[in-house]
Amino acid sequence: METPAEIRDRLLARFPGAEISVVTNPGIAAQHSLLLGAAHARAIAEFLRDDPTLRLDQCSNVTGIDWPEKEIVETTNISTPDPANPAAPPTVVEQKTNRLQPGFLEVVYHLYSITHRHGPVIFRLRTGNRTDQATVPSLTPVWRSCEFQEREVFDLFGVTFVGHPDLRRILMWDEFKDHPMRRDYVEPDDYEWEPTPHGAVLEKTKAHYPTPPTPAAVAPVKAAAP
Amino acid sequence: MSQDVSPPPPSVTETERDELRRQGILLTSLQELYTWGNSHSVWPLNFGLACCAIEMIAASMAKFDIARFGSEVFRPSPRQADLLIVSGTVTKKMAPQVIRLWNQMPEPKYCIAMGACAISGGPFKQGYNVLKGIDRFIPVDIYIPGCPPRPEALLHGLVQLQKKIQGFKLTGPDAPRHLRDDQPCNCPVPEFGEHDLEPPANPAVWTAPPAIVRKD
Repeated sequence: METPAEIRDRLLARFPGAEISVVTNPGIAAQHSLLLGAAHARAIAEFLRDDPTLRLDQCSNVTGIDWPEKEIVETTNISTPDPANPAAPPTVVEQKTNRLQPGFLEVVYHLYSITHRHGPVIFRLRTGNRTDQATVPSLTPVWRSCEFQEREVFDLFGVTFVGHPDLRRILMWDEFKDHPMRRDYVEPDDYEWEPTPHGAVLEKTKAHYPTPPTPAAVAPVKAAAP
Repeated sequence: MSQDVSPPPPSVTETERDELRRQGILLTSLQELYTWGNSHSVWPLNFGLACCAIEMIAASMAKFDIARFGSEVFRPSPRQADLLIVSGTVTKKMAPQVIRLWNQMPEPKYCIAMGACAISGGPFKQGYNVLKGIDRFIPVDIYIPGCPPRPEALLHGLVQLQKKIQGFKLTGPDAPRHLRDDQPCNCPVPEFGEHDLEPPANPAVWTAPPAIVRKD
């Protein structure tokens, strides 16, 4: 089967002007994926499904990723040589610049071919941001199996799929307001006591239940003489 | 077991009873007869939610055979069932339907919470859609811990339920819910709120466990 780079070259030849790039996966499985722009996504999906060499007729998985906005600190060292004494080491000034990388939501598709028995080919669609531009084109008209899975991504991440025949919540109830799989989801506070809390649950325990008595209040136990 | 679930001591001793039975005379009380019939014909509802339902199905099949304990048929309709075995994780989306089924069951009715998820939310307790135990909304008679409990554990729980029923008094303040006029048999069904169920628990049935001050 073709590598993602070869698929990208063929797609760029077929759809000149489309935004297609390869996102490398540094893990051991080396499952590199293609990043597609929203404008040509539907046409590219139909091409991937109908092309005789690839014939990717099964979309086996649609999932979502939440990339929250990240503050990136860049440190640059500016070294200015001393004009009075050129032999002396230059003075180095550290300059830190903060920039805010905007967040977005991503939808990842895994495609397999039942006809040719190869795969997976993975591609990603990204939204504009996490608030008002959280839309991508729906690929349900191309692969029918995307229907429920895109509903799940809509329910849990809040990505709106333009062109989906029946876009509504599938795991949570319709009146639910949050998107639980986002990084900034706050779950409702219905904590009850647990016997061995640890981690995040331990924080909730300390917030809900009174603090234990301090060691000074407890009478010291003298060690028994052997 | 801290609760005494054995039947009340009869006014006729066992030796006298055996003597009479050998002569062909069966001596019993209305309470014994009523609870004997009630406990030995508990018909469960055809209701399974998740993995514990598979163990419940296994208990109803040939090897473990729940029918020999009186649960001859699993009724498909709640109107004809006595026992609701909540087997599996109760999601918040499914919780109002479970309570509606409970309300549709006529008295006398019993509830068994089978498995860790039905008791307290289980391993998925911190999930965004997991109800932390069905006893937040309906009164549970028997809790069967396990993940999942073996079919023998479900049968043990059913036998415990039978012993509990045999300890019921027919009159007086200790009578069970279905023989008293002051206790309602229906539980209010929660609404779907914006972030959680409204109300998140039924205060008549469930209160939060008491605070325990830890030593550390």
